[in-house]
Amino acid sequence: MRSAILTAAFAASLLAGFAAQAQQATPAAGPIPGSVLAATCSGCHGPKGHSVAEIPPINGRTEQQLLSALLDFKNDRRPATVMNRHAKGFSDEEFAAIAREISANWR
Amino acid sequence: MTRTKLSRRTFTGALLATSALSACAVQTAPAKAHVVVIGGGFGGATAAKFIRLEDPGIAVTLIEPKSEFVTCPFSNYVIAGFKQIGEITHNYNALTGTHGVRHVRDIAVAIDPATKTVRTGGGQSIRYDKLVVSPGIDIRWGAIEGYTEAAAEILPHAWQGGAQTLLLRRQLEAMPDGGVVALALPPNPYRCPPGPYERISVIAHYLKTTKPRSKILALDAKDAFSKQPLFQDGWNALYPGLIEWVPLNKDGRITQVIAGEKTLVSEFGQRHRAAVVNVVPPQFAGKIARDAGLANPDGGSAGWCPVDPITFESTRIKDIHVIGDASIAGAMPKSGFAANSQGKFVAKAIAAALNGRPAFAPVYANTCYSLLAPDYGISVADIYRATPQGIVAVQGAGGVSPRTPADAAQFRHLEATYTRGWYSSATREIWGA
Ligand SMILES: Cc1cc2nc3c(=O)[nH]c(=O)nc-3n(C[C@H](O)[C@H](O)[C@H](O)COP(=O)(O)OP(=O)(O)OC[C@H]3O[C@@H](n4cnc5c(N)ncnc54)[C@H](O)[C@@H]3O)c2cc1C
Repeated sequence: MRSAILTAAFAASLLAGFAAQAQQATPAAGPIPGSVLAATCSGCHGPKGHSVAEIPPINGRTEQQLLSALLDFKNDRRPATVMNRHAKGFSDEEFAAIAREISANWR
Repeated sequence: MTRTKLSRRTFTGALLATSALSACAVQTAPAKAHVVVIGGGFGGATAAKFIRLEDPGIAVTLIEPKSEFVTCPFSNYVIAGFKQIGEITHNYNALTGTHGVRHVRDIAVAIDPATKTVRTGGGQSIRYDKLVVSPGIDIRWGAIEGYTEAAAEILPHAWQGGAQTLLLRRQLEAMPDGGVVALALPPNPYRCPPGPYERISVIAHYLKTTKPRSKILALDAKDAFSKQPLFQDGWNALYPGLIEWVPLNKDGRITQVIAGEKTLVSEFGQRHRAAVVNVVPPQFAGKIARDAGLANPDGGSAGWCPVDPITFESTRIKDIHVIGDASIAGAMPKSGFAANSQGKFVAKAIAAALNGRPAFAPVYANTCYSLLAPDYGISVADIYRATPQGIVAVQGAGGVSPRTPADAAQFRHLEATYTRGWYSSATREIWGA
């Protein structure tokens, strides 16, 4: 499935021509670090996860608590309004990196 | 204006006090680079703050004429009377005081990419190593015949926060019970896809609770809109018979206004006169972006700015990054949430580049919440990745709130709660903390 998408994407990129492609930036190699991925969380959960209003804060949790919550949202094992929809956009490895980052650095 | 002369001693004292207050903001070593940000809204204020957080060695100057920013998010609730304008007004004290961003209270009038300088209305020339442009939208005056700045004083757009928001509020308050509120709604793309329909909903809430014989007539230049089934279910349940929505294929497109007569004229010549008229007109990228040559000159995306999906660097001019509503961000909507997300990742991309590293691929997010009533919320959410085709929504993720959740009242209540939670967190991340 994924490789089919990538092949289609590659073909389309060839069709799009080199001029447009030449301009697209090349991202850094390797898995995206937790510090980059976790930037998304603060939009709703507040700076460093210190939500001041109705959305649950996410600072001060252990790595394991965060990881199992994220995986439960992703796999529809935990009631949610929007987290289940967001969570399906990340891989399990990315969630591990996010959980590590937030438990270590969001105090 | 009185100007007190400070003695040398008090002057030095004041300087010391300021620097002590903003100790963490003081740039001791000479800055390694200078980033200029045009526009202190959702995109620009986020970028300015996060560049400083990414690398305090980078000096950041924000060019923004206003000293206070009134958000468009939640302005519909001011219009409907359940929020006050003060609750949606933010200042730049945290950006300047805590984060050491220099705020130049002036308007950017020209960008010269050859000398890498921005000229301001007040006559300053400010040099940049990297420039972030986040000017939001401008109204395309005249795209609807007769819709000029003068006409907007009679038929408000209220699509930029502040005076226009309050004008529409006053008109609704002054309207007698039994009046018709007419809205003219734009074709895609425009700022905040669900915004017009949230506005219809909360105006309906106001009318139902205070002027129950009144009606809403929404004239649309489109045949479909964001979260449409959820909105229409909610309208039928909360405001039966109050809202009439006329799509493009039923002659909904408004092509002319007659301001003095509070009249909208459709493509095929139907005239709609109403007690209050709200025109949400066609839009394009803020003037500074278009004047600088950052926008596409023609084609379907004319007036909007093409960018690299990973760095948001303009594909037209090097070292200038365009974010927020002004940019063409693939599948991402023109929302404050999206601009905030882009602001954080553009900060990483710029800090990486100024330190000679490539940036990691961003993973952008968006959630557009809408209230249909103070205790009735719905949302659409997505996660986005940069691909060779541009920014695309991740398949299998995201989507809209369920149409028939098990406990619907509780679900809509929770999403209304999270609507307020998002606003508090996002505005704290951008202008507070
Ligand atoms: C009624 C309504 C409701 C909305 N509700 C939501 C919502 O619930 N959630 C959501 O996510 N989004 C919402 N939005 C959308 C949101 O307002 C925009 O998407 C967001 O403001 C875009 O951010 P921006 O940085 O591109 O522009 P803005 O936030 O508009 O900021 C632009 C800034 O640039 C400044 N500027 C412009 N030109 C210059 C210049 N030449 N020099 C210096 N400064 C300049 C302006 O003064 C302004 O402060 C709503 C919009 C509307 C109209």
